[in-house]
Amino acid sequence: MSDEAAVSFSTSKRKQGKKSARSTPKGRRVDPKAHQDVLALLGDAPRRRDLLIEHLHKIQDRFGCLAAAHLVALAAEMKLAMTEVYEVATFYHHFDVVKEGEAAPPAVTVRVCDSIACEIAGSRELLTRLPALVGKDVRVLHAPCVGRCETAPVAVIGQNPVPHATTEKVTALIRAKAVKHPQPGDGTSHPHLDIVAPGHIDYAAYRANGGYELAASCIGGAKTREDVVAAMEDSGLRGLGGAGFPAGRKWKLVAAEPAPRLMAINIDEGEPGTFKDRYYLERDPHRFLEGALVAAWAVGIAEIYIYLRDEYHGCRAILEREIAAVQSNPPYPLPPIHLRRGAGAYICGEESAMIESIEGKRGEPRLRPPYVAQVGLFNRPTLEHNMETLHWVRDILEKGPAWFAGHGRHGRKGLRSFSVSGRVKKPGVHLAPAGITVKELIDEYCDGMLDGHAFYGYLPGGASGGILPASMADIPLDFDTLTEYGCFIGSAAIVILSDHDTATGAARNLMRFFAEESCGQCTPCRVGTVKAVTLMEGRNWDQPLLKELSQAMIDASICGLGQAAPNPALSVMKYFPQEIE
Amino acid sequence: MPVGFTLNGTSVVGHSDETLIETAKRYGVEIPHLCYKKGMREDGNCRACVVEIKGERVLAPSCCRYPKDGMEVTTNSPRALLSQKMVLELLLSDVPETAYTRNSELDQWATNLAIGKPRFKARHQPPQDLSHPAIAVNLDACIQCGRCVRACREEQVNDVIGYAFRGGEAKIVFDLDDPMGNSTCVACGECVQACPTGALMPARDVGLTVPDRQVESVCPYCGVGCQLTYHIKGNTILHVQGKDGPANSSRLCVKGRYGFDYVQHKHRLTMPLIRKAGVKKSKEFTVDPDNWGSVFREASWEEALAFAATGLKDIRDTHGKRSLAGFGSAKGTNEEAYLFQKLVRTGFGSNNVDHCTRLCHASSVAALMEGINSGAVSNQVRDVVQSEVIFVIGANPTMNHPVAATWIKNAAKTGAKLIVADPRRSDLARHATYYLQFNPDTDVALLNAMLHVIVDEGLVNEAFIRDRTSGYEALAENVKAFCPETMAPICGIDAETIRAVARLYATSRASIIMWGMGISQHVHGTDNARCLIALALSTGQIGKPGSGLHPLRGQNNVQGASDAGLIPMFYPDYQRVATPKAKQRFEKLWGMELDPEPGLTVVEIINAAKRHEVRGMYVMGENPAMSDPDVDHAREALASLDHLVVQDIFLTETAYLADVVLPATAWPEKIGTVTNTDRMVQLGRKAIEPPGEARPDLWIINELARGIGLDWNYSHPREVFDEMRTCMDSIAGITWDRLERESSVTYPCEKEGDPGQPTVFVTNFPTPTGRGLFVPADIIHAAERPDEEYPMVLITGRQLEHWHTGSMTRRASVLDNIEPEPVASIHPLDLARVEVEPGETITIESRRGKISLYARADDGIPRGSVFVPFCYYEAAANMLTNPVLDPFGKIPEFKYCAVRLSKGGPTPIHSSFGGGTLLTETSLGH
Repeated sequence: MSDEAAVSFSTSKRKQGKKSARSTPKGRRVDPKAHQDVLALLGDAPRRRDLLIEHLHKIQDRFGCLAAAHLVALAAEMKLAMTEVYEVATFYHHFDVVKEGEAAPPAVTVRVCDSIACEIAGSRELLTRLPALVGKDVRVLHAPCVGRCETAPVAVIGQNPVPHATTEKVTALIRAKAVKHPQPGDGTSHPHLDIVAPGHIDYAAYRANGGYELAASCIGGAKTREDVVAAMEDSGLRGLGGAGFPAGRKWKLVAAEPAPRLMAINIDEGEPGTFKDRYYLERDPHRFLEGALVAAWAVGIAEIYIYLRDEYHGCRAILEREIAAVQSNPPYPLPPIHLRRGAGAYICGEESAMIESIEGKRGEPRLRPPYVAQVGLFNRPTLEHNMETLHWVRDILEKGPAWFAGHGRHGRKGLRSFSVSGRVKKPGVHLAPAGITVKELIDEYCDGMLDGHAFYGYLPGGASGGILPASMADIPLDFDTLTEYGCFIGSAAIVILSDHDTATGAARNLMRFFAEESCGQCTPCRVGTVKAVTLMEGRNWDQPLLKELSQAMIDASICGLGQAAPNPALSVMKYFPQEIE
Repeated sequence: MPVGFTLNGTSVVGHSDETLIETAKRYGVEIPHLCYKKGMREDGNCRACVVEIKGERVLAPSCCRYPKDGMEVTTNSPRALLSQKMVLELLLSDVPETAYTRNSELDQWATNLAIGKPRFKARHQPPQDLSHPAIAVNLDACIQCGRCVRACREEQVNDVIGYAFRGGEAKIVFDLDDPMGNSTCVACGECVQACPTGALMPARDVGLTVPDRQVESVCPYCGVGCQLTYHIKGNTILHVQGKDGPANSSRLCVKGRYGFDYVQHKHRLTMPLIRKAGVKKSKEFTVDPDNWGSVFREASWEEALAFAATGLKDIRDTHGKRSLAGFGSAKGTNEEAYLFQKLVRTGFGSNNVDHCTRLCHASSVAALMEGINSGAVSNQVRDVVQSEVIFVIGANPTMNHPVAATWIKNAAKTGAKLIVADPRRSDLARHATYYLQFNPDTDVALLNAMLHVIVDEGLVNEAFIRDRTSGYEALAENVKAFCPETMAPICGIDAETIRAVARLYATSRASIIMWGMGISQHVHGTDNARCLIALALSTGQIGKPGSGLHPLRGQNNVQGASDAGLIPMFYPDYQRVATPKAKQRFEKLWGMELDPEPGLTVVEIINAAKRHEVRGMYVMGENPAMSDPDVDHAREALASLDHLVVQDIFLTETAYLADVVLPATAWPEKIGTVTNTDRMVQLGRKAIEPPGEARPDLWIINELARGIGLDWNYSHPREVFDEMRTCMDSIAGITWDRLERESSVTYPCEKEGDPGQPTVFVTNFPTPTGRGLFVPADIIHAAERPDEEYPMVLITGRQLEHWHTGSMTRRASVLDNIEPEPVASIHPLDLARVEVEPGETITIESRRGKISLYARADDGIPRGSVFVPFCYYEAAANMLTNPVLDPFGKIPEFKYCAVRLSKGGPTPIHSSFGGGTLLTETSLGH
């Protein structure tokens, strides 16, 4: 058949006066060629709604974009409305929807991270200079935090992250067509292999070292659920994604809900400055999996869903391989484990937005109540955990709750994996006692400030946790300790600012980030972040209006993004008044 | 459960299932809200309604929160007010200063809360989208509240509107962010009704005009029976809104909402017309209503009525009572239908009265009367929410019963299993668990195969069969020969699917069957319906909530007109003419002797006219010269009548052959009741005055009756309705006062005050034994199957925008604009075979005639078939159809005849309407 027969959409016209008959039914029709493409890509894969994002990835990966014709074909194949596919596709940064008459994106995309750690490390210069250097076949986009802040500035060529990026490094790698995330032993030589793929403990090595014995012993009846949950409670382990909900209590709550119960593991590590989950995944991926299996046993979980941010291409390869390894030779019959790939959306780190995304939808946070423990993934009671929380389960149960609770400083208990970035000599993930102060962290773990830099201020909790001045460097860093200062520790992402930086600069960067990452659902956040960016231009801020707006955002936004978005601006007005008028 | 809590310091009693905003409203506390609209799912996105709840860290959206005992809620604290006002100010800063609607909820709340000029800079504004003829899209006024999305996706489930992109870029889109006019939008207008700010508005600024008054009525189109509100200025309907009626809950479709301006079309008949002396009648003609004067002259009512009556009377007195016949209308009121059949039965003196039900569900009714002695639906459409399985066969409700389809889609979305069986893949198929694209003409093969599975696998409901049916053994014996493996190659559905569907239907908690003309309009239409009845009886899937049989009625009053006796073999309420007791009852009521023989049906009357056995006819509001099969033959028959009286609102093809044409009132110009597919008797109210000398149909019937010698003095429909109650037990309990009060009452309602029975046959069937009868069916093929000469199958039917023969809708500017030209829908591969590009002209020829029209590529049409709507006079599909009848229902085989296709042919020529020009003319005229 002629292609026009099915794709006459673009030719439909509306004349004044006499109207002609439509040559097809209303709206776009499925293009047979595009339908064939989609059929070939999907193969036997189920057409379930929750796999929409997975299927969009298949098309994006194969064709470098999502052509309108492919979206229409995919909709038909999945029995979805076109708009259901379109609204999801346009929500996520990593999908390039291309409509008729629009140019497809160049074959190679370079994403330059311009979140706070990378910005102060010089990403703006990269963004300014790169486009002229890379040529027409490459596009340069700015991107929110890619989770490699310890090697700022970072650019990502295709899926290949470039630590400590310079224009020279980036252009050389483009020339070498190095667009894949390198893996140890994949036959290619990469100048930064040791940084982005340090090598991990694989399934065999993990088991050789006693791995999965804990989980197997739980299943085998060596431990009772009550004992395990009690140990978790005694350890004082709290959710390490940022909210800090006590892990043991969460297990108890979800276990009390009716079956079937599901687990959703959040590895959408998107909070600017945070990279601890990636750090552990790149080194010891089975540890959290075993933690998840123990939790699944203790809580009575039917299926486990793992949601991994799309930026972590290296981790995805590791996880795919290692999950397959454990599934093909399981220590005992495992519950189903599903690995789901994000598509570029900070908001999907919010637990209910992540659940929406796993269901194949736009990552719009849900209203609470009901809580995800009661009505979560696929409307089932859901145990939702940050990856790192589960990472500690094995140690806590093997070494005993007192081991974990025995750490701590300044009256706080436990361990924290601090992601430290910014103007220090040794940025990186530093496992330190909870309650450590930023001063101690810099001095004892980070080898002090960079030469030529004086400590000026710090972000105690990524983009959302506010900004504190150097004069307040002695506050214990832990859950709850920063509340009285209008700040919080969140995922323990500490960004150190120096006298080369300003708090207003950081605050503007963060508010721009929030405006771009707002899901667009509720008014205070969708409109508020955009208006706040404008209000924060220049030195002359309308502080009363900004404060009033901030109050409404904090009080009336649906989720933590909008509620926390004003924190940096409020911090500037409170602690850095000298920077504004 | 009542819940005590405090609201702004006062103790109040809420309910565990009542949101805070609703409780507050009950207590007189208004909380601003925008994304919240009662009746819609609460979304809680706008945050204008946030309130303070003691002990909670942040404010809570009162539209989404339910109370707990002892909760302390404050709606007016400084903290709550700050956020409420800030939300309004933020939204206000991004919309234009001048609203597109007089009823912007944002403006109203901003005024209430004294929000001044917004302090924020406005966003970059998107351009207007005026690509749709009915709806203007002004996204600069959009506040992203998502009410339109919920209206489109969750209520109507048309799934066109989406919320795309994110953050400040997030926007309302149609399909893939296409111009609305190019999208799959079906213009139901639910989004416009939902929009709080005028971002979606009726096109051409009609929403800015202040109406003088509102009148509540019922939609004049299909059998769903949606209630609506006319907004009127002077004598003009400005726009229409959905009203919260029992069948529609404020939902409407494109016809109901945008198809009302036919009433003020320049072609309205405003004076009685009498055929000019010497102007011959011939089957060869094209009506040009602009040019009526070449055939007719104007006459006074006195002259026209006398002329009409004398002609009829003379024929009756000269050639006998059976030489007259009447076609009533399923578009008129119950009262008109009743009086019309009474006029024929008592004034003409025979039972030669019928109407278009003969062309729609006559076979369904025949099978239902035979099986369970009732032609009406067992369950109402909205009962599907209680169904576990919904089996839709031979129906395209998204096109033909759009609002009914929304309830089906709602049910499917909330977990009901939908089975759609139809040779044409409709929009409903996407929502189906099983879509069976079976071969045309193989209904019995498919359905008997299902019955075979049910019998063979022991899925029957033995108790139901034992207690409530008879004739099961014959059925079981008959379906033995129909095993799915044998039927699969015939019907085109694999055996495993047939088995799965049969099991699903038989074993569900509640299964309902809904069907349309795809079942009925065959020579085996009655057999098709018998199989459906057997499915329900064998499994006991009838007589309980969510479980039963529902033939979807086509016209707004096809149920009522049939109930009122506009059928040759039945008096009102399906009392059989052939039953002496019934005859005596009506002879007593009407005070004269009646013809004991049932009369002729529609096609039989036309055939009798051709043979000069019927010589005079009275046709009210029907257009057989377009709607009958083999219309060339029908026109020839009508042209050969000695005297034809036509009563209508336009000069239809039938009126063109009349000797006298009586100008009648359109639906919004009169009062009367209509009965929808759900057995709801609903009151239509007069909204505007008729044009010129046009008169209410009831008055015309009354006058004509007087003219032929009946002493009638009906002056108001309520008098007629009261008379109907005396002879129709099913509505005996419905009073006119109650109709005025409640607008809708479901029958059976036998005693005053009865609530009415939405579900019937709960304990027994209205047969003499109380049992339902199984009637086995065998495969009978269509009368004319494809062959080498005519290799394709023609399926006729309707389109969403056009009603019946198009006389109304093609004169409704928006509808005419959306579907302006005659089209034939054909599978793209079949089109390619005849080397026709989509949009080019194609000629379709059958043994009876030939039409040329535009080709539309539609891969939902099965290979080897072509679908043509019968509403286009310039390419009348019924030129092609086969007038062969189902032996029981006497319904013609509109859904199947053999045709051939050829490339090209003359371009369809419009006379003075159609072609999409009306909208431009009217908008220029304003």
